[in-house]
Amino acid sequence: MHKITRTDTASPIVALSSVHKSFGALKVLDGVSFEVNRGEVLALIGRSGSGKSTALRCIDRFETIDSGEIVVCGHRVSDPKLDLRALRQDVGIVFQSYNLFPHLTIEENIILAPCSVKRIGKVEAKVQAKQVLAQVGLEDKLHQYPEQLSGGQQQRAAIARSLAMQPKVMLFDEVTSALDPELTGEVLKVIEALAAAGMTMVMVTHEMGFARGIADRVVFMHRGKVHETGSADVLTSPVTPELAQFVGTGL
Amino acid sequence: MGGSLNANHLMFLGYGALWTIGLSLIGLLGGGIAGFIVALCRISPSRIVRLLSAGYVQLIQGTPLLVIMFLTYFGLPALGVTVSPLMAAGASLTIFVSAYLGEIWRGCFESVPKPQWEAAEGLALSRSQRMMKVILPQAIRIATPPTVGFMVQIIKNTSLASVVGFVELARSGQIINNSLFEPFLIYTIIAVIYFALCYPLSRFSHRLEMRGGPARIELEAA
Repeated sequence: MHKITRTDTASPIVALSSVHKSFGALKVLDGVSFEVNRGEVLALIGRSGSGKSTALRCIDRFETIDSGEIVVCGHRVSDPKLDLRALRQDVGIVFQSYNLFPHLTIEENIILAPCSVKRIGKVEAKVQAKQVLAQVGLEDKLHQYPEQLSGGQQQRAAIARSLAMQPKVMLFDEVTSALDPELTGEVLKVIEALAAAGMTMVMVTHEMGFARGIADRVVFMHRGKVHETGSADVLTSPVTPELAQFVGTGL
Repeated sequence: MGGSLNANHLMFLGYGALWTIGLSLIGLLGGGIAGFIVALCRISPSRIVRLLSAGYVQLIQGTPLLVIMFLTYFGLPALGVTVSPLMAAGASLTIFVSAYLGEIWRGCFESVPKPQWEAAEGLALSRSQRMMKVILPQAIRIATPPTVGFMVQIIKNTSLASVVGFVELARSGQIINNSLFEPFLIYTIIAVIYFALCYPLSRFSHRLEMRGGPARIELEAA
């Protein structure tokens, strides 16, 4: 391994080094290292149980790690004295099950965190809510409740809710896995637009075609290890037999 | 001794019924406030707080309300603290209700899906913000039917206050019976009044359950 000296602005947004994590006797992360630079889109792929979702959740400290180090936007995530709320203001996370708050309208969902965490005035927050909803193509759903929206619309609203906090990096945890192919498309388009706008993103995905089209870098995880990594080309010409088999069965 | 049931007796019973309602409200209010604190303690991040509150719930749920009444009314004076029947009955009910409502509400907090807690955490909301703005509004919806249902238990359990000399519905029935000696008639009237207080609540609770909570009704009405 060789180290490249970087200036401060060029230091990675997300950096994992030799991260180990077990759930009881089960080793889920076995020395995982990767970096994500500013503006980069990283796709985390692998079979179910390969540790990719756990790795993603560790970045936002939804899981604590046993050893190794994670640094995200300058926050040492592995530090027990970490300011969790500061970390989470810099990191946006979108889940497979959308997790909009059902008792609030879409607008209320979006302005909740900016108003209560960043202490932005309601008027300003509402203007911003309109902007982020326009970004995901849902400006007309401002006053609807989540249950009145389709799955794809709910997921886009959830992305808008994250964007309203102006995160420096977005994490996507299998955000299209609960959607049928038609609705998947509309969500992927939104993510594509975000990537084009220069958002730094880490996404766990099963959409190989999408990963190929959007990812600057692909990390293939296998049995808790980074098994193969490279540009999106590794998906078409994999080196290791495991990745070959994985993308082979994915077709 | 003797005589027949007259308007004065019925007035007396009505007065007793009012105290039954009053004592129930004291139990609901006091027990509700204490129960909310118990519920928060039961899901506290601190292990010690969780264990202590779980112990409290186990202790109270394992003790008959009658014994709690005896302890506060006869036990405390032995320690030099005098309490009136109302205070003893109110305090006992509050303790009793807090353990049960605390446990019911803990279940309601925990039945708000875990991803909702995580989504709130991911948005950098503080613990109290997550509680007040995300979890509590959803938990209240879930909690309303069982809470209304539990009010029936509170009303029925106030009858135990008669043993510490508190004149509520059951005790006023006993007193009238002591002079008229018409137990079947009088206790039938008492039973009917209890039923008239409890049945509408049971129905209401059931209806709330079918409708999926009060918020849903408001939404449909809007």
